[in-house]
Amino acid sequence: MQPVLLIDFGSTYTKLTAVDTQARSILGTAQAFTTAASDISIGLEQAMQRLTEKTGPLEFSARLACSSAAGGLRMVACGLVPALTAKAARFAAFGAGAKVIQTYSYELTEQDAAEIARINPDILLLVGGIDGGNSDVVKANARVIAGIEGTFPVVFAGNRAALADCRDTLAASTHPVYTASNVMPTLGKLDAAPVQQVIREIFLQRIIQFKGLSQFSDILDGILMPTPAAVLAALTLLSRGTSRRTGIGDLVAVDLGGATTDVYSIASGDPINPSTYLHGLREPYVKRTVEGDIGMRYSAHGVVEAAGMEELLHVSGLTEEQAAQGLAAIDRDPSVLPQTEQDQQLDFALAVLAIRLGLIRHAGTLEEIYTPSGPMFRQTGKDLTQVGRMLLTGGALIHAEDADGIAQQAVRTVDPHALVPRHFDTVRDKRYILSAMGLLAGHDEDAALEILLQHFGKEETHAAAK
Amino acid sequence: MDAKKTLVMGVIGADVHAVGNQILNYAFREAGFNVINLGVMVSQEEYIEAAIESAADAILVSSLYGHGELDCQGFRDKCDEAGLKGILLYVGGNIVVGKQPFEEVEKRFKAMGFDRVFGPGTTPEEGIAALKKDLYGA
Repeated sequence: MQPVLLIDFGSTYTKLTAVDTQARSILGTAQAFTTAASDISIGLEQAMQRLTEKTGPLEFSARLACSSAAGGLRMVACGLVPALTAKAARFAAFGAGAKVIQTYSYELTEQDAAEIARINPDILLLVGGIDGGNSDVVKANARVIAGIEGTFPVVFAGNRAALADCRDTLAASTHPVYTASNVMPTLGKLDAAPVQQVIREIFLQRIIQFKGLSQFSDILDGILMPTPAAVLAALTLLSRGTSRRTGIGDLVAVDLGGATTDVYSIASGDPINPSTYLHGLREPYVKRTVEGDIGMRYSAHGVVEAAGMEELLHVSGLTEEQAAQGLAAIDRDPSVLPQTEQDQQLDFALAVLAIRLGLIRHAGTLEEIYTPSGPMFRQTGKDLTQVGRMLLTGGALIHAEDADGIAQQAVRTVDPHALVPRHFDTVRDKRYILSAMGLLAGHDEDAALEILLQHFGKEETHAAAK
Repeated sequence: MDAKKTLVMGVIGADVHAVGNQILNYAFREAGFNVINLGVMVSQEEYIEAAIESAADAILVSSLYGHGELDCQGFRDKCDEAGLKGILLYVGGNIVVGKQPFEEVEKRFKAMGFDRVFGPGTTPEEGIAALKKDLYGA
């Protein structure tokens, strides 16, 4: 036996997964409340006790952790044109597992600077201009950022002609400065990997020290990444496999939380029809988006705002009064679990609408254009209509009675111009192992893939979803 | 010649004529320009956004399907609004409906703010010579 301990310091729960990498199986899982406010080790020890009760004492050969506690990795992105480098910066930050609190385009104003000072992000990502393109705006923005109070690190990944200038400007400020190659080296081409590597290094070195997690450095082999980055690593491995074993191919995943809804897609999303032209930025093969206004509890009102009360009533079958009552109960206590049939109907509708909105915003769109040579289609973003597999995770879906029904209902009435998955099987992350397997992937790729296939492989699909 | 000049080019509107676009792309590259080719069915906003990110020296608009005059309305104004003041703006191809005297067509497009207007049958060499004159004074 070769046990490895995988730890996920979540905002609510500290989750442990013990894995035997030799037998390629899960030995046990356990969780306890995260105690970030006081001493985070209390929650970890409680969870350890619970794990040991299940598995017996284990000698771990490695202990790996990821974290989304204390707000996760909070980032601000500054680019030039909203649809080009500013968007590229957002993609890069999301892919690194960050929450993007705010995105700015063009020259930063005084008000923007004041807002950034208030946000006080964990990392600011500064980009703008393709290589050889515009360098004035990113240089001017570096000067504005240098004047912002605070010690948050700044990563420069813009026009390489502006790199030296921006680095020198920022080096003379209170902000540590890091550089990476351009996130958009040529027009419309995203190159996120180099800047994501730098973000991850900063996360390792700096972020965890500020958030009271470094006290584990002696017992842990490191808090390696933000939790969403671990989930992304697991999904990528499951989809693409290794050089020795194939994965399950294209997939979409939805992580439905209390405050946010994360959507992941591992698929090229290229046009499937020869009369369709792809326009704008070619989006990343491995894509993550975060909807900060959509969730089951803290962001329940955001769901209603985005989908409309009428739609909530339609999907839930509740009257307006009943829905208002339920929403008020959620406001009073966001940890409330559904008690009555009405509560369940409300939760069902919130989940359906949250997934629908998350998928629509994540996926691309198709626009029909009538040309003299017949109708043509213009695609923006990724076409996910052909993706046949959807993974469902997050408390609301893991514990839902019929997660598959929720996901299927979510896409049923979606406008055909939204390129969301249409015909898919679902599989639930019922033991909550995605982030753990993402951590394990960096340690023992073969074991991680084997365990992922055991849980999310094709034969698991129906049994697990029902 | 100075450092490479950057051109943003594409076929405007709902026009899907890709062959001429590829020929011009090739010809301009061979002539030593740094070319950002947006392909077909390009909106005014896409030309402008690409020109901002790339600090382009010129925007070259092609149209073959006859609706170019509608598609090009307000292009110069949008460039001015987006901070691309004075950027060199060319338009060329079969840019109006039917057969109209080229002098009148040229006049109308120049009034819209295009610096040069090229009619059907223009060779790539003519466009390259004009660009060299306007961008390098050669």
